[in-house]
This record gives sequence, structure tokens and C-alpha cells, in this order.
Amino acid sequence: MNHTITKGIGLLAALTLSVGALGACGSAQSADGGKTAAGKVFFLNFKPEAADQWKAIAEEYTKETGVKVDVQTAASNTYEQTLKSEMAKSQAPTLFQVNGPVGLASWKSYTADMSKSEVYRQLTNQDLALKSDDGQQVLGVPYAMETYGLIYNKDIMGKYMKLPDAKVKSVKEINSFDKLKAVADDIQQHKDELGVKGAFTSAGFDSSSDWRFKTHLANIPLYYELKEDKIATQPESVKGTYLPQFKQIFDLYLKDSTTDPKQLSSKTGDDANSEFALGEAALYQNGTWAWTDLEKAGMSKDQIGMMPIYIGAPGEKDQGLATGSENYWCINKKASKDDQRATEKFLAWMITSEKGKKAMSSDMGFTTPFKSFDDVKSDNPLVEEAVKDSKSGKTQVSWNFTMMPSEQWKNDLGNALLEYAQGTGSWDKVKSAFVDNWAKEYQVNRQA
Amino acid sequence: MVVRSIRRWWVLFTVPTVVAFIVGFIVPFLMGVWLSLCRFTTVTDARFIGLANYRAALADGEFWHALVYTVAFTIVTTVVVNVAGFAVAYMLTKAIRGANVFRSVFFMPNLIGGIVLGYIWLLLLNGVLSRWGRSITYSGMYGFWGMVLLYCWQQIGYMMIIYIAGLQALPGDVLEAASVDGANSRQRLMLITLPLMMPSITVCTFLTVTNGFKMFDQNLALTNGAPSNTSELLALNIYRTFYGRTGFEGVGQAKAVVFFVIVALIALIQNRLTTSKEVTA
Repeated sequence: MNHTITKGIGLLAALTLSVGALGACGSAQSADGGKTAAGKVFFLNFKPEAADQWKAIAEEYTKETGVKVDVQTAASNTYEQTLKSEMAKSQAPTLFQVNGPVGLASWKSYTADMSKSEVYRQLTNQDLALKSDDGQQVLGVPYAMETYGLIYNKDIMGKYMKLPDAKVKSVKEINSFDKLKAVADDIQQHKDELGVKGAFTSAGFDSSSDWRFKTHLANIPLYYELKEDKIATQPESVKGTYLPQFKQIFDLYLKDSTTDPKQLSSKTGDDANSEFALGEAALYQNGTWAWTDLEKAGMSKDQIGMMPIYIGAPGEKDQGLATGSENYWCINKKASKDDQRATEKFLAWMITSEKGKKAMSSDMGFTTPFKSFDDVKSDNPLVEEAVKDSKSGKTQVSWNFTMMPSEQWKNDLGNALLEYAQGTGSWDKVKSAFVDNWAKEYQVNRQA
Repeated sequence: MVVRSIRRWWVLFTVPTVVAFIVGFIVPFLMGVWLSLCRFTTVTDARFIGLANYRAALADGEFWHALVYTVAFTIVTTVVVNVAGFAVAYMLTKAIRGANVFRSVFFMPNLIGGIVLGYIWLLLLNGVLSRWGRSITYSGMYGFWGMVLLYCWQQIGYMMIIYIAGLQALPGDVLEAASVDGANSRQRLMLITLPLMMPSITVCTFLTVTNGFKMFDQNLALTNGAPSNTSELLALNIYRTFYGRTGFEGVGQAKAVVFFVIVALIALIQNRLTTSKEVTA
């Protein structure tokens, strides 16, 4: 039996080798100038919505340079699973993604140093990159910046502000939680006149959608707490200083909503998206990435705007939108040196060549943090809002949720929020999920 | 002659199956047991850490909740599915007009995949529950009965087919002799048919018990454990531990081994119990 297996493995190995040799042959011929194009690229893509575009640009690159680029895309919500199984194969991805410091922690034995790579050099702000604990190595480079806030429907807001007793006469006047609450409560009260079902879209808590609250909304109080305590790296524990503010914004979402909180457990982000696109709600917490869906649902560019999420924290009239990245490129350290180099070159080409830039910015719709993209303009109205906001002199809220200790922490918080929303749990549970669980999960991950 | 050629050619016929069995079952199983004693991210990159994973698995409250929940689910569905499946089969082996049509109709749900079924029932149940301003994921109890409903709907037809096959194979002479001796239909069912049907019952209860324990896709599609993992069956709990938490792959694997032992034990005991009641006419 053993003999058969050994033989089979031997045969397989021989086959793999010969395929590799043949592949090398082919690429040597097609490379211009007779240069041998060694190495290949295998990218495990995180974003299903950009899968076709990645495939197309990869082919383009192969045509131009002769270097083989494979792109595989993990289905929505299965990236970690797919990466785990792909990494176990002998032909593992040479290029993969992590979502921030916490994601990096689980893959740090696989991430190569990118400090000499073009993509790192091109970063407008090199602090954005993920570094090793000693700060010496660059392990992940962000390639897409995203921004979220409260997306509003300009038509509905316009209609509301024309009401004789409207609380504000311009969206610009909304610059604090109190104003936001006044307006939201008022819209809710006049919902029939305005033709809406509620001020806010439903706070969908289906487990595929609760990230809007357990991650993005929770980031705002976290941001203020870390800012107040002058903390820049992942802390061992948090105090939950701004949880009361978290509660008041969450209560507002629940009260001035299109939907009875008892049904939130089955509502999804898609529901919220369609409510907003159909004009059933005026306010929708989401980010720049939502534009593609809103556009598909029939909204036009001049219909939407975005404002910061005010929770009632001190000094929030200067608060900007929340901008950051959850998409970092990492190069697989365990891939062959040739493949690693080929991958670096591919990335450099992606962000500097015209074709690559066009693919990234207009085909995939990313806002990139690279200098080479300075001349590129976006046709996403939410991105425009984000750019405007970044130049307005307000302070952007950073994405501190990348410091949240684990997925488990977020899930537990999401569960506690849902139970609170439906009335089957108390706010104390949310508190303990936020504060106590942080220290606990931090320790668990430390041991890892 | 035949024996001789079997002696000569057995390799050709058995080896492919044995290899497939080894590659597809024995190797993954042994690897799984080994991995449950390791800390790992990818399965090829594991470090031995002894029994720590098992300690973590047994210390996890949600694992115990899922275990109790699964046991309750299995008991309820085994009883309902088998009683209903037998009743329907009994009915449809009597001369009823359109019995064949009914058989197909009852069997059909079983042809739909669990995920699809889960989503369809999700829509149906949420549609009904929204009358009372609730949804299926409102609490673990809602999810429980939702899954029981779904699972029964799917499984009754399948068990019915097995029972029908059993009922049709019953020796007619015994039943006839019983009626000649003056047994009424109730006595015939309880004293003749049921004892003779024990082999079918063994098969059906075995299937329902193990399937109930292993149920995954319907759970995933219908509630995905929500809210707060209170509607989570064991298989989903294991999946979530393995994939949902960094550094918990080994714990998930340990849970999977515990799960295997439980399912194997229950299946053995159940099989022993029902087989001992089997009789021959």
C-alpha cells in the first residue's frame, strides 16, 4: 500500500515539476528582449465585486510581460476559510490580503517584508502600512481607502427643510448629535408628509450585515476613547468611556427607523440599501462602497451626500467622516523568491502603469492611497464627498476597528446589540461585550 | 472457477475502493484526530500542544448549549419524523386513490438541497411571523421550532419511502392468518405489523438520529445560530469555532472529535436497542 502511495506522490511531483519547466519555457519565449521572466503571481482576491476586473487586468499584464498572473476570488464572507485552505496547498497564493492588525496577527508567519517595494514607496502616507512589532518591516500595504458616514438622500432632506417648522435649513447645520437627533426625530414625526417610512433605514442585524454596527458604528466611540487616552496601538483593555454616546446614537437608529426593532434580526444590509434607494428613509449609515449598489438600484449622483456620524462626543463639530482601509496587500513569504519578486513587480505595475491605474480606479472603483493616483478623478459621488471632507479642515475619524481584538469580539458585540435592540437583552450586556470582552479576547489572541 | 478468478483478480476490484476509502476517509480522520492535539492555521503547518484544545472545547459554554440544543432537536425530530413517516406510509399502502401521486408529493421535499430549503423556509416563516412583529431569529426557541418544522417536512417523505418498502415486503399470510383468527386492525398493527417492521424502524431511526445530530446546512441557512448563537446546533458550532476564530482551529477540531465519539456511541446504542427487537415471521 505504502509503495503505491509513494509511487503516486513521486509521479505527481514529477508531473508538477515538468509543468513548471514547461511554463518557464513558455514565458521565456514571450518575454520581450529575450529576458527570462521568472516567477509567477497568484493573487487570492478578497472582493467578489471586483473579481472580473482583476481577471481582465491579470490577462492584460500577462500579455504585456509574459508573467503568469492567476487571480482567484473567495466568495463573500469566506476569505479566511479560502485563504486557509489555499495556503495549505503547494501552489499557495503569492499575494493575499489581510484586513488590518488583527488579520495580520494570524498570518504574520506568512507575510514578507515590503519595505523596499514600489507600492510602499508610493504611499502618500506611509503610516498607513502595517508594520511588524519592532517597526522594522512593512508587512502589509493598503490599496483601497474607504470612507463611511451617514449617507443622506438630498431630495428628502430638501423636502424636509422646506417644511415651515424644520429644525435646520441646510444639511451643513447638522454638526452635533443634538441637531442630528432633532432632525431625525422631526423627520420621523413628519414621515407621512415626507413620504418616507422612517428617518433611518432599518438597522439590519442579520449576521451578514451587522458589521455596520458592531464594527463601523462602534468605531466612533472607540475612536474618541483612544484619542482621549492618546492610544495609537492596540490596547490591552478599553474603558468604554463613550458607551453612553454609543447608546444614544444606537437608540436613535432604532427609534427613528423604518422597522420595528423586533424584526431586525432578519433584516439585512440589502434591505437597508433598497429602503434608502427607494426613498423610504432619509439617512443610511454606510460608506463609499455603497455607491455601486445605490446606483444599480437607480439613484443618481446628485441625489446623495454623506455627513459624519455624530454621537455626542466632545468637540464633534469638527468631526469629519470615518476614513481608513481594511484592504492590505501582503506578499507570501513562503512563496519562492522568484514568485515574490514577480508579485512585487506586478503590484508596482498595477499602481503606476496607465492600464493598471485605470483598472484600479475606474473599473474597480477604489480610492487608492498612492501618489501615482494623484491625477485620477473618481466618478463616485460618495468618494467626492470624502475627498471634499478631507480637504475641509475637519478631523477625519480613523478606522480603529482594525484594532478590535478579534472577530469574536465583534460578533459578541453584535449579538449583544441585537438582543438589546429587540428588548431581549440589556445595555449592560453591550457594555460587558465592549469592555470586559476586549481584555479577554486580547489575552486569548496574545496566547495565539 | 469463479473462486479462482476472484483469487487472481481481487486486487483489481478491491484496491481502488480501499485506496479511495483510505484517501477519502481514513487519512482525513486520522489527520483530524492528530490536528485536534495541535495548534495550527493551515493543516500542513501544525504544532503539537497536547490536550489543551479539548480543555478549551469543554470549557466553552456555547458548545454545551449547542450539545443540549442538538440532543433536544434530535429527540423531537426522531419521534415526529418516524411516527409521521410511518403513519403516512401505512396510509399510502392501503388502497387509496392516487397513492402514487401522494408518495411522490411527500417524497419531493427531500430532493431539494438543505440550503435552498433553509432560505425558502426562512422567507415563509418570517412572512408569517411578521404578523406578530417577530422573526425566526428573534430567539433560540423560535429557531428551534422553525428547524423542527423544516426538518420534518424534509425527512418525513424519505422515511416514508423506507417504511413503504418495509410494509410491502410484509408476509401477507401472517396478516391474513391473524385476521382469520379474529384480530382487529389495531391488534394486527400493534402485534404483527410493528414487530415485523422492526428492521425498517431500525434503519429509519438510525438515519434520523444521526442526521439530526449532524444537521448543518438547514441550520446555517435558516438561522445561522442567531441570535447570540442560541439557535446553534453542534455541527454549526464546530464550523464556527474552526473558521470563525483565529487560533481556535484546534479547538474546533477537538470539538469535531468529541462530536464524532458522541454520534458513534449514540448510533451504536440505538442500533443495539432496536435490532434486539427485530423478529422474523
